[in-house]
Amino acid sequence: MYGGGYIFDEPNKRQLKDEQLHDDPEKLAAFEARIARGEKIEPGDWMPSEYRRQLIRLIEQHAHSEIIGALPEGTWITRAPGFKRKLALIAKVQDEIGHGQLLYNAAETLGKSREAMINDLLSGKSKYSNVFNYPAETWADVTVIGFLIDAAAIVNQVANAKGSYGPYCRALERICYEESFHLKQGHDAFIELATGTPAQRAMLQDALNRWWQPIMHFFGPPDKSSVHSEKLMQWKVKMASNDEMRNQFLDTYVPKIWELGLSLPDPALRKNDSTGKWEFSDPDWELFKKVINGGGPCNKERLNVRKWAEEHGRWVRKALMHPGEKITAPAA
Amino acid sequence: MSHAINNLLTAMADDALIQGHRNSEWTGLGPVMEEDIAFSSMAQDKIGHAWALYRILQEDLGGSDPDHFAFLRNEKDYRCCHLAEQPNGEYDFSLLRHFLFDHAEAVRYGRLEQSTFAPLQPLARKLKGEIKYHLLHANAWVSQLCRAGDESYARMQAALNRCFPLALGLFEPQEGEEELMAAGVYPGEKALQAEWLDRIYNILSPAGLNLPGVEAVTPAYGGRRGYHTEYLQPLLDEMGAVFRTDPEAIW
Repeated sequence: MYGGGYIFDEPNKRQLKDEQLHDDPEKLAAFEARIARGEKIEPGDWMPSEYRRQLIRLIEQHAHSEIIGALPEGTWITRAPGFKRKLALIAKVQDEIGHGQLLYNAAETLGKSREAMINDLLSGKSKYSNVFNYPAETWADVTVIGFLIDAAAIVNQVANAKGSYGPYCRALERICYEESFHLKQGHDAFIELATGTPAQRAMLQDALNRWWQPIMHFFGPPDKSSVHSEKLMQWKVKMASNDEMRNQFLDTYVPKIWELGLSLPDPALRKNDSTGKWEFSDPDWELFKKVINGGGPCNKERLNVRKWAEEHGRWVRKALMHPGEKITAPAA
Repeated sequence: MSHAINNLLTAMADDALIQGHRNSEWTGLGPVMEEDIAFSSMAQDKIGHAWALYRILQEDLGGSDPDHFAFLRNEKDYRCCHLAEQPNGEYDFSLLRHFLFDHAEAVRYGRLEQSTFAPLQPLARKLKGEIKYHLLHANAWVSQLCRAGDESYARMQAALNRCFPLALGLFEPQEGEEELMAAGVYPGEKALQAEWLDRIYNILSPAGLNLPGVEAVTPAYGGRRGYHTEYLQPLLDEMGAVFRTDPEAIW
């Protein structure tokens, strides 16, 4: 699943216009005309350097979100209650890793290797979705993630699948197809708790209360404060604004939560019938920034798991890259 | 005889469940993403095999609900072997364990296709088809890592030395085994072990690995009689952590 509309960028790189100046104006015009006609850009095609940079950033962070996103739920595979839930959860988390694989491949078509991307993830240079820096405390958290975070990710990914870069769009089409099954299993497990014993319902309500703010953060800061969106939307790198996606999510899923007699921890949350837009209390955007910059409850833990995998798997990757160096005969 | 069949199926199912549990722990931690995916896939298969066997125990032998049976027993009532109980350790250990375990399963299910215990025949056929892919995976990785430089080779040999006595526990004599052999339910553990040794030798030897002699090691027996390593109880605590909070609830 993907981490929503917010794509982290280093502050000194937000110079879209300056960088664009280096591109040949004729080529740039032809490129923009292709996008306006709805054509897909393919790996060998000419593209502005800033388009390439932004796409690498977007797809790489999406890929990181998939493999880091596998971790909070992954810790529950061994504890999942019963065969049905256990098998569904392993299959789901496995899919997420597969999505990471597809996306790293898509990003590699733009000229950055998987290894370089993983290194940037581990050094903290490249980010992943903020939502995965929160802990999955109980089984109910797994159902909230599987239902609501996956649903939010689908809103984002369905939009991005209509973007301009061919390899990314094709990866997303397959990903969205699989995600729709994840949503079904998440919904099913969520409903089971919502309609279960008092203890199960209480566990679910507690999880919802803790996850609501991260979910509101998921689509990124409000449009009025977001940087460099306009050019990215023209180039069809970013396909919908943060506010639009958030509103679409609230419109579909808040009624489903309320129908089950569950509450959400925001007294101001309501749909304004005259505008058709949802109103809500502003989530704490300072906290959002703090978590992105490493100050969340699980940032360290998540990266440490990836570091473990990188360090302990290094001999295997090394061995694969240098096959046949020396065959040692057994002593006996 | 149903007591003896019960023992055999419980041992097979518990092996698959615990090995599947260990495989599933690799999700997110593999040396390359492709291996995360492979171990997750095999985890699903193994846990699915266990589920299918527990269902036979329930439907044909009067056992209890598979979820209850798998998640609620006391440690001493499990019949898994010590090999599956071991923590994953490094990738070399997990890979060699997977190699030895899956070859043992391939031999066992290959023979169970002809079992006189009818419910096992179709299941054995289906499982054998899945295990075929587990074998392809294990054989390819073991062979390749043995030819990939000194460190990699040394790790493979060390992992084999550690896994081998544990793997012999897969063929620990079963209570009531003679009765099952006489009735044509299965050929018995000794015959399975001999076939397994041939198979693994034929792959390990060309890869340059030195297979320890059966006589030179002490097989890790005990699992089939309910004596387990210190690793099983924590695994069971974890596996049942949610389910045990309310076994009657629907999750």
